[in-house]
Amino acid sequence: MSVAKRHKREVRSAYILVAPFVLVFAVFFLYPAIKVLILSFTNSPLIGDGDWVGFANYAKLLNDRLFYTSLWNNFYFVFLTVVPTTAIALLIALAVNTLKGRLQALVLTLFFLPYILPVSVVTLIWDWMFDFQFGVLQPLVALITGKPVPVFKNPYWVMPMIAVVTIWWTNGFNVLLLIAGLRNIPEDLYEAASLDGATIWQRFWRITWPLLWPVTALVLTLQLILQLKIFDQVFLLSEGGPFNRSYVILMQMYREGFQLNHGGYASAIAMVLFLIIVVVSILQYQLLRIGGRK
Amino acid sequence: MTAKQWRNISLTALILIAAAIWVFPLYWALTTSLRSEMRVVSDAGVWLDELNFSAYIQVLSTSKLPLWYLNSVGTSLIITVLVLLFGMMCAYALSQLQFPGRRVLYLVIVASFMVPAPALYVAKFILMSDMGLVNTWWGIILPQLIVPVVVIVYKQFFDAIPKEMREAVLLDGGSEFVLLFKLYLPLNWGITTALAIITFIGAWNNFFWPFLIVTGENMMTIPVGITQVDDAFGVAYARTMALALLAAAPVIIGYLIFQKRVTEAVMISAGVKG
Repeated sequence: MSVAKRHKREVRSAYILVAPFVLVFAVFFLYPAIKVLILSFTNSPLIGDGDWVGFANYAKLLNDRLFYTSLWNNFYFVFLTVVPTTAIALLIALAVNTLKGRLQALVLTLFFLPYILPVSVVTLIWDWMFDFQFGVLQPLVALITGKPVPVFKNPYWVMPMIAVVTIWWTNGFNVLLLIAGLRNIPEDLYEAASLDGATIWQRFWRITWPLLWPVTALVLTLQLILQLKIFDQVFLLSEGGPFNRSYVILMQMYREGFQLNHGGYASAIAMVLFLIIVVVSILQYQLLRIGGRK
Repeated sequence: MTAKQWRNISLTALILIAAAIWVFPLYWALTTSLRSEMRVVSDAGVWLDELNFSAYIQVLSTSKLPLWYLNSVGTSLIITVLVLLFGMMCAYALSQLQFPGRRVLYLVIVASFMVPAPALYVAKFILMSDMGLVNTWWGIILPQLIVPVVVIVYKQFFDAIPKEMREAVLLDGGSEFVLLFKLYLPLNWGITTALAIITFIGAWNNFFWPFLIVTGENMMTIPVGITQVDDAFGVAYARTMALALLAAAPVIIGYLIFQKRVTEAVMISAGVKG
């Protein structure tokens, strides 16, 4: 077979092979992505046609107080989850790493288990544990505040408690990544340090922390993006309430699009969330790179 | 015993206590589900001291849970098979073949990571409605077929296979399809199972999309359905917990069986995203 003929056959095979994925990708990803962008410049309802309104939706969004509330709550939630979950995961990973063999596998399984649960299973369980009348955790709450608190209906408790539930649910993933990172640190570095008389603290700050930093940075980045997209837990535990104290951006997109029938406005909200995620992840990437160089 | 041994033992004990606290919510759900509704709301303590299966029997006989199982298993299986099949075919072409548009395709797939899935739900819902697929299995399935991680992971694994093997098969007159399914796929069964498991768990656990596209009780998947029963029960804590655990059982059992693969897949896909 000539080279040209063989190349032609190769190209044909390649197109047949990529066709199913490209077709699905074009119809169910690229098309909706372009559609959301276009919709955001119209006053369309969810189903049906609308008129081109230029930047009116975006202008409206900039004057929408609820949008600022959502934005604030999103970043408040990021503050409550990203660094705490990474710190807790690091502690757990360091602890689990000191165990050996089967015991280590067992403990790791216990910490990882919640991560694979469906979100509604997680929220049903925590709703029951925090039940105002019979919740098993209410005595603990009463210990702190002196009386039981309906935590998901209380404006001050709602976000921190959704953060607790989220950390419990998703932390196993971070633990797993950090343990993999710890296992990649060469053992002889610690042995050499011990021979030089280094303390546990010195070994952690001089060896573990700097060598683990790339993994820690990865965990922080993935968490930041994940927590900016929060919807499920808020929707199931508090529906954005009370007094919009747990209202988040995707909650607003859902309500505008699917309950108030404002397809165009909801699309503009989706575009803004997308932009926020792009900007924040680029910023964080740059920051972490600088942090890693020191 | 020396001081060092004491320290090790107390550290281990501390970790075990922490792990026990971490799984307490699951333990408490189990304990609650195995009690009678009367005892759940009495002052019964935290020990697992009763094995009453009436909550499970009631949930299985009165709710539509069996139907939701069927919907969840069906849609998740179809999603998993299609995502893997399309993903490996595309990855094979990207990894092994030269064709116009190859670089652009790869860049577009990588760039699609940046777009949060829910941001497209408004447009996807309109698309499904135009196609007449609201409240159908395909309405649940089609928009969930975009899992770019699978393509990228497969590409990395295919890249690592020595070119000599490929040349040998081609000289014998084998086609690219023979190569993919008779050589590259069997060499990568490990990663294939791992990817299958996380794709399946992801589809099984998805809440937001099925919640939007399903309008009738008969089409609900497990994560959506169990939030509806809650309302119908009123206050019925044992039954709610039985329901939650029955909903979680398949993924918990699957995870315990395929633990190593799940761990592997989670780490590989995280590495790709970073």
